Amino acid sequence: MQLLEGEKEKILACVDEVLGSSSKKQEDLIPILQKVQAKLGYLPGLAMEKIAQGVAVPAADVYALATFYNQFRLNPPGKHQVKVCLGTACYMVGGDITLESFERRMEIKEGETSPDRLYSLERVACVGCCTMAPVVVVDEEVEGKVTPTRVDGIMLALQEENRKNENEKMSGQEAGEAE
Amino acid sequence: MKKEELHELYKKLKDDAEHKVRLGEEKPRVLVGTATCGVAAGALKIRDDFQREIESKGLDVDVVEVGCMGHCYAEPLAVIAKPGYPPVCYGYLDDGLVHRLVEDFLGGDDPSYEYALAALERNDVFPTFEDFPRGIYEQKLILENCGFIDARNIESYIARDGYSALVKALSEKPGWVLDEVKNANLRGRGGAGFPAGIKWEACIKAGGSEKYVICNADEGDPGAFMDRSVLESDPHLVIEGMILCAYAIGAEKGYLYIRAEYPRAVSHVEAAIGQAREKGLLGSSILGSDFSFDLEVFQGSGAFVCGEATALINSMEGKMGMPESRPPRLASQGYRGKPTVLNNVKTFAYVPMIISRGADWFKGIGTEESPGTAVFSLVGKVNNTGLVEVPMGTTLRQLIYDVGDGLPNNREFKAVQIGGPSGGCLPEESLDVPIDFDSLHDAGAIMGSGGLVVMDQDDCMVSVSRYFLEFTQHESCGKCTFCRIGTKHLLDILTDITRGEGDSDTLQHLEELAEDVRDGSLCNLGKTAPNPVLTTLRYFRDEYKAHIEEGRCPALVCRDLILYYIEPPKCSKLCNVCVGSCPTEAIFTREDGLKEIDQEKCVKCDNCLKACPPEYNAIVKLSPPVLPPEKEKKTK
Repeated sequence: MQLLEGEKEKILACVDEVLGSSSKKQEDLIPILQKVQAKLGYLPGLAMEKIAQGVAVPAADVYALATFYNQFRLNPPGKHQVKVCLGTACYMVGGDITLESFERRMEIKEGETSPDRLYSLERVACVGCCTMAPVVVVDEEVEGKVTPTRVDGIMLALQEENRKNENEKMSGQEAGEAE
Repeated sequence: MKKEELHELYKKLKDDAEHKVRLGEEKPRVLVGTATCGVAAGALKIRDDFQREIESKGLDVDVVEVGCMGHCYAEPLAVIAKPGYPPVCYGYLDDGLVHRLVEDFLGGDDPSYEYALAALERNDVFPTFEDFPRGIYEQKLILENCGFIDARNIESYIARDGYSALVKALSEKPGWVLDEVKNANLRGRGGAGFPAGIKWEACIKAGGSEKYVICNADEGDPGAFMDRSVLESDPHLVIEGMILCAYAIGAEKGYLYIRAEYPRAVSHVEAAIGQAREKGLLGSSILGSDFSFDLEVFQGSGAFVCGEATALINSMEGKMGMPESRPPRLASQGYRGKPTVLNNVKTFAYVPMIISRGADWFKGIGTEESPGTAVFSLVGKVNNTGLVEVPMGTTLRQLIYDVGDGLPNNREFKAVQIGGPSGGCLPEESLDVPIDFDSLHDAGAIMGSGGLVVMDQDDCMVSVSRYFLEFTQHESCGKCTFCRIGTKHLLDILTDITRGEGDSDTLQHLEELAEDVRDGSLCNLGKTAPNPVLTTLRYFRDEYKAHIEEGRCPALVCRDLILYYIEPPKCSKLCNVCVGSCPTEAIFTREDGLKEIDQEKCVKCDNCLKACPPEYNAIVKLSPPVLPPEKEKKTK
């Protein structure tokens, strides 16, 4: 995924901050990756290279960790993150159908982020509210008993929100220009 | 340090805690269950609703967040404790009900029993949870405090005799603690059931001054959430258990390895550690003794294999979580190469009560070989989903039909899946198997970490075992060839079967490969990964055969083997619900006014079937996927 303007500087500053001044060992790698991801939302290649230098291990070792563990993501999260639960209970009542419905509507595959970075779609192992299966987490909100029709509803609401934000931004810009 | 001084010190702590807790209890209180399951069902909103309603009425009522009571089917839940009334639990809360409870009960004197689930204390007016079948079979040890205490307040734990086991232990020799745990025959609750006392003893014998205690809270099994609930609802119980273990083996440092996906558990445990330090229950010279021990949380990054002990240690050391061959065992060479005790959350949670109430008390519960209780997260097609704790030796039938109140909508029981991806599916005939480590193993399943999924006639066994294989295949760390490649091939064969592909040899290949993966893998992930396949082949072979030989999925689940069909005689021409429900616009109105599904466009999402009004019930699933010849149209 293409880095946005100013993103490179942000990444470098973030890694510097997390690494701090004290020397780091291999043991500290996972907590470092967790902190960087918490700040940036994902682990860009550039950040992994910088971390490898900071901890004095080969970059491949950092990449190995980032791809071994499910928590780490290599794509930036979308503005709206949708996580579809595919725990046992959700799978049994059609969680995979829900996931497919989102893939169809977002036009991306599970694990991807849309090119405009508006949406990202993930599957998660278990949200822990099996009684409401199938469950979807939209941004931070948990939605229970989700059907493909509900997926359409969720997507419409998100699109509406995006449109509103866009309009506000536009009118804000216009107001700025008028001044 | 003298015994008396120690007891004096604890008495002060306890009096102080009791005083504070009692002060709080003089006022009416609302306890809202805000563990992750409750939050998912909207408990935070319910908490806010209560606060807003109480404020607007100008009432003096405390709203307290508590953990999980285990009655997940009725979330969001709250308990109202008002002096003069028994504490009453209400379920299925929404803003309307909150309004009514505040107005009628907190503001008035009507406890609105018609909305109550049960009372929590015996009384003459309303039944308690113990009066229901579930209460008769349930025996809560680990979950005793869950949902009743404020997990973020150490005082509510101490007021219930929390940390008294630690005081008792500190006034004895460390060897006494070990003997109690050994005598109690406490078996590890991570799944394998290895006796904890023997593990601890090996660690002591390994010698050396640097030792570690680690709590395995890397609960990665999809559909299991017991460990999370305990950590969220009663973190001090686990912490006290770890301190006792550290005292027994002589460790000064411990870690709780908690999945980062459990942010609430992480924050509750971190808060609990901080409070325990403040009270002198953790850190250097605990309660003024010469025993020092401190704890830290390590956040696991989500890899199922890290539940395996050696993989967990590797991951803590900043490496990929790959298992190592044993020996050396962790007890002699664990974290940082030092002797280490690694136990599951629940194993540690039993330790304080064993120390307080004695090994004999513990052995009186459960069976001889597996004393104590078993904690399950009961999910799937069962009425009372939730967290349950029953004595070992309870049968599966009692668990599903009495504790879980049977299957909803009169569905027919088909199988129960125990132990998650490492466990197996047991059929109706096995329901009388008592739940303990050895009996379940003999039946082909495992105790596992405690996920229990009930399945009915609508669940396809091939699809279920494919699901678990997909999970283990994805989570295989890649070290052993059989696990890395074998599970992939198993998955491919199962996927083929769900498509109706295969020949007379397929099932034999599947079985042989499953056995090879079991025998050729180093750790339990690979060794147990074929269990779902092997048990379903053993008990539900006919279903596999129907897929391969007839191209038919008996449960009407496998999407390549079914199609959706609108039965013309049943379809009402006046209704358009199915057309609107279809996400791919596959349903259209024919010239004669009836609806029909364009099979090319249909994605088999099940939406139209749910949408079709019950008075018509016109949409059916057919397997094998062959359209019936159109029947003669009815003439006028």
